[in-house]
Amino acid sequence: MTSAMVEARGVCKHYAGVEVLRGVNLTVNRSEVTCLIGPSGSGKSTLLRCINHLEKHDAGDLRVDGQLVGYEARDGKLYERSDKQICIERSQIGMVFQRFNLFQHLTVLENVTIGQVKVKKVAADAATKRARELLARVGLDAKEGFYPSQLSGGQQQRVAIARALAMDPKLMLFDEPTSALDPELVGEVLDVMKDLASSGMTMIVVTHEMGFAREVADTVYFLDSGVIEESGDPRQVLSSPRSERLKSFLSKVL
Amino acid sequence: MSSDGGDEVKVVPVRHVGRWFGGAVIIVLIGMLGHTIISKIPTGQRSCETVGGVRACHPQINWRFSWNIVFHYFTSSEILHGLVKTMELTVLAMAIGIVLGVLIAVMRLSPSRLLSSPAWSYTWFFRGTPVFVQLLFWFNISAIYPTLTIGLPFLPVTFLHLDMVTLLTPFTAAAVALGLNEAAYMSEIARSGLISVDEGQVEAASSLGMTRGQSLRLVVLPQAMRIIVPPTGNEVISMLKTTSLASSIGLTELLGAATNIYAANYEVMPLLITASLWYLIVTTVLSIGQFYLERYFGRGALRTPPPTPLARLRSDLRGIVSKFRTPRPSVSREALR
Ligand SMILES: Nc1ncnc2c1ncn2[C@@H]1O[C@H](COP(=O)(O)OP(=O)(O)OP(=O)(O)O)[C@@H](O)[C@H]1O
Ligand SMILES: [Mg+2]
Repeated sequence: MTSAMVEARGVCKHYAGVEVLRGVNLTVNRSEVTCLIGPSGSGKSTLLRCINHLEKHDAGDLRVDGQLVGYEARDGKLYERSDKQICIERSQIGMVFQRFNLFQHLTVLENVTIGQVKVKKVAADAATKRARELLARVGLDAKEGFYPSQLSGGQQQRVAIARALAMDPKLMLFDEPTSALDPELVGEVLDVMKDLASSGMTMIVVTHEMGFAREVADTVYFLDSGVIEESGDPRQVLSSPRSERLKSFLSKVL
Repeated sequence: MSSDGGDEVKVVPVRHVGRWFGGAVIIVLIGMLGHTIISKIPTGQRSCETVGGVRACHPQINWRFSWNIVFHYFTSSEILHGLVKTMELTVLAMAIGIVLGVLIAVMRLSPSRLLSSPAWSYTWFFRGTPVFVQLLFWFNISAIYPTLTIGLPFLPVTFLHLDMVTLLTPFTAAAVALGLNEAAYMSEIARSGLISVDEGQVEAASSLGMTRGQSLRLVVLPQAMRIIVPPTGNEVISMLKTTSLASSIGLTELLGAATNIYAANYEVMPLLITASLWYLIVTTVLSIGQFYLERYFGRGALRTPPPTPLARLRSDLRGIVSKFRTPRPSVSREALR
């Protein structure tokens, strides 16, 4: 398929009276890294959650991999997707959270195998083998028997990335993956993400790490109060912002 | 600190006078109680015997707690049968309570009002009426429902037809009454466990493509167990004792067995003590089981799991021994300057 991986046209979302997304347009091409920046409360998490069916957008056209999110177009009608179909869609999209959200009662290895075994129905030994490969890739093969509470934040976030990768996703969403980390731990997580980007994974990254955006992103989107204010090549957008709002935002984060 | 040579001063620990005094009072009180437990008193009767043609009478004395009678009945078959009934009833009622309770808790948390309202009403009703009343109610339910017919309301369709009088023996009535009542309490315990699990865990489970059922079963419940187990242990122990209410509807459980015996021989206190000792023993065993269950479900929650009671006892003993062995703690002279 030649279409973009994610295509948003006029996506809107509101919660009880609050307009959070007010017509977002965005295109994420395959094998590209897209960074989403913007002030707190601008709707970045909400947009990611809509892409991953964790929230339902209430207007506009949102497609992932050419398919409408939440609906199926057949015979000129829109059919709401069943819970089961939504689960299948979600299993193909990896998500990494600001607060890691590792399963606290499972070991590192079990965290990385559970999705494979229970959702993808992979045999247990094959899942374990794959999990060990992925843990080695994020540099944590020595920690497989540990519980998440026994790991540092950076290690936990790397396990979370391995857990998402174990589902062989076609798209990875990162919601401020380094915001909860001590400054000296940010680098180890960003390194894993850079490695992932260079392997050709399609990624949408919500981040305040402008250095990462500049270095890795193919496109940067600046979201402000529910609309995309500015977008384009990171060097251009971040170095010579056109809008006043982006200028004042950048002066605060940098 | 204290390792840098002989340059050390002695540290004088604080003396806790109040604690020592309180401790002494408690020890005296315990001693008094202990004395009554092992003391003997006159029973109020006299026993007479004739030795060498001389008849001598003297007052009978016995343990204040009649330990001889307590232990005579302690392992009697009647008491042991009662004990087995008590345990069977506890297990059955708790099983009904836990399964139904978790179900009600899940319904209560459902976004659908169709499920959450009945769950709320259930808890409201069964918590709002005394368990003893419910027990009597179930035992006598054949008065208003002589037969149990399962079918569609208002339609001539029936799947099952049962006679309530034969169905509800004292045992089944007690199991149903205590189980249904317990479900109301268990549902609140389960609900508090379920809502204690961070929402992010559910989001992570969904983002892996797990269904609601999978995320509940594989992610939320196992973590909720850590919160659910301690109060559930409480409930089991409480249930063990609540089963004694069933003696009032003619079930010969532990208390029932004891009352039957003392109804015949008037040894009320010794038999109540016999029953109490058994309740205490079972409760103790249950508490130990609860500890290990908590340890199991707490895995991953704490960086270092709590020690087992044995390990704690060992470290306590080591602590006491070292108090007598090692010299008083000392700091270097540097610290004084
Ligand atoms: N479930 C909800 N109910 C009501 N309002 C919500 C809900 N979730 C988010 N919001 C509101 O939507 C707005 C956007 O939230 P969102 O989490 O998307 O912001 P964000 O850009 O990710 O911010 P941050 O950088 O702080 O994470 C906020 O004003 C928030 O209060
Ligand atoms: Mg956010």
